[in-house]
Amino acid sequence: MARAISRNSKIGWTVAAWLVALIIFFPILYTIITSLKTEQEAIAGFDLIPSFSFSSYETVQNQNNYFRPFMNSVVIAVGSTLLALIVAIPAAWAMAFSPTKRTKDILMWMLSTKMMPAVAVLVPIYLIFLRTGLMDTRTGLVIILMLMNLPIVIWMLYTYFREIPGEILEAARMDGATLRDEILYILTPMAVPGIASTMLLNIILAWNEAFWTIQLTTTNAAPLSAFIASFSSPQGLFWAKLSAASTMAIAPILILGWFSQKQLVRGLTFGAVK
Amino acid sequence: MATRQTASLARLMRAPAIILLLIWMLIPLGMTLYYSFLNYNLLNPANTSWAGWFNYQYFYTDPAFFEAIWNTIVLVMGVLLITVCGGIAIAMLIDKPIFGQGIVRILVISPFFVMPPVAALIWKNMIMHPSYGVFADIAKFFGASPVDWFATYPLLSIIIIVAWQWLPFATLILLTSLQSLDGEQMEAAEMDGAPAISRFIYLTLPHMARAITVVVLIQTIFLLGIYAEILVTTNGGPGYASTNLTFLIYRAARLNFDIGGAAAGGIIAVILANFVAIFLMRAVGKNLD
Repeated sequence: MARAISRNSKIGWTVAAWLVALIIFFPILYTIITSLKTEQEAIAGFDLIPSFSFSSYETVQNQNNYFRPFMNSVVIAVGSTLLALIVAIPAAWAMAFSPTKRTKDILMWMLSTKMMPAVAVLVPIYLIFLRTGLMDTRTGLVIILMLMNLPIVIWMLYTYFREIPGEILEAARMDGATLRDEILYILTPMAVPGIASTMLLNIILAWNEAFWTIQLTTTNAAPLSAFIASFSSPQGLFWAKLSAASTMAIAPILILGWFSQKQLVRGLTFGAVK
Repeated sequence: MATRQTASLARLMRAPAIILLLIWMLIPLGMTLYYSFLNYNLLNPANTSWAGWFNYQYFYTDPAFFEAIWNTIVLVMGVLLITVCGGIAIAMLIDKPIFGQGIVRILVISPFFVMPPVAALIWKNMIMHPSYGVFADIAKFFGASPVDWFATYPLLSIIIIVAWQWLPFATLILLTSLQSLDGEQMEAAEMDGAPAISRFIYLTLPHMARAITVVVLIQTIFLLGIYAEILVTTNGGPGYASTNLTFLIYRAARLNFDIGGAAAGGIIAVILANFVAIFLMRAVGKNLD
């Protein structure tokens, strides 16, 4: 009897959980559905079955040259992440493997730079960009997003590196490994998963950044977040087009995000919750 | 010998990151502080002069400033209330033995990966639009008249959108914490006849306390900077009804070209964020050893 009750309760909880999950996911689902409708269908009232018309996708590409903001997003997200990794890997490495008395203070200070509200430095960054010609360039955004995410990258790498056991290094040294051997054959293979996770999370954060991208670009370097923001004032029938552009903007990162659930917790809580 | 070599190498490896972050922090903040004492308008840059505390006074006595501070607090508190309570409930629901747990998890965390302008525009046009939105369709189905969300409840509408974006984050972190709860302790309490509510209050909640604190603090840091959601939905209006401090500073800098005023606002934002940051740093610092 106890079994029967537990199975019934499992079915009950399953129904409740799926219901909640579908409600939360509904706005995304409905956007994908609407993107496959024609503009007339899109405003014809609630309907979950589209006519599977891809005309909106074509229109967005033809009218708005969707490919350019998409490529800007890719270049800016990947570029700023790689640049951050180049600076962060040695730093996190040094702090994890040769910690000093001040390492903890340095880490906390780095974290504190992340607390600075972006809007507090809007004025100087905007003026610097205007005067140096960085305004509306990919280079400018790569630099800003790199600096913005650097503390998170260092922190994530640090928590991963610290989990690499020091005994292995000692054993390798006893066997006569040089520093170069240590790094190449022992540490690197063990560090790669942590670096990959960090990279994944940081690409997601950079892709979705929407304050600096809107402030510092107009057309040439505008990534998807700034491009989509320009849809804020509707011109005529645009529901299906908005949905198509939105679906294309979030699809790649949604899929990447599903793979990074665990890293998300770790990266965004600075290791405080694992 | 090796250690000294390692130590200097370590210093060399740390240096670029430290120097970059020092520059990133000191130069722009220093410039903001300097500008905040200037009469400096981009429309009339030739007339720049020393302003003393005028920008602060001006910002502080502007009624829009208090409205923006109030909106910032309501926005942060509203979103925190929804995400923490909702997050606890959903985390406990997903933690039950259910069919298709993996897929449910994926569906629930998805909104977090939607970039802010997309999230806001989806809600504005597909869900909350007074004539074509799903809410309007539901209202019409029940014979009620649709609500013009952004005109009638601008701040509440933004709270709903932002809460939708951050609910997955709270859920995911609380779920992670919930999964480390000692199952045996829970079983023992169950066998001793402790009702579900007592088990929740005396076992589950204390266990999650730390995770809840982290969720509240980290979200607050991000919620203080809400910008794109406001820009694409209400643009801060009607009037200043949905303008938070971030948006007010943006208005001053980019729409009024008032560099001095915006800088003074920026300094106030830094002070506000620091209050939260101090608590967050303590929570994180405890975990570092």
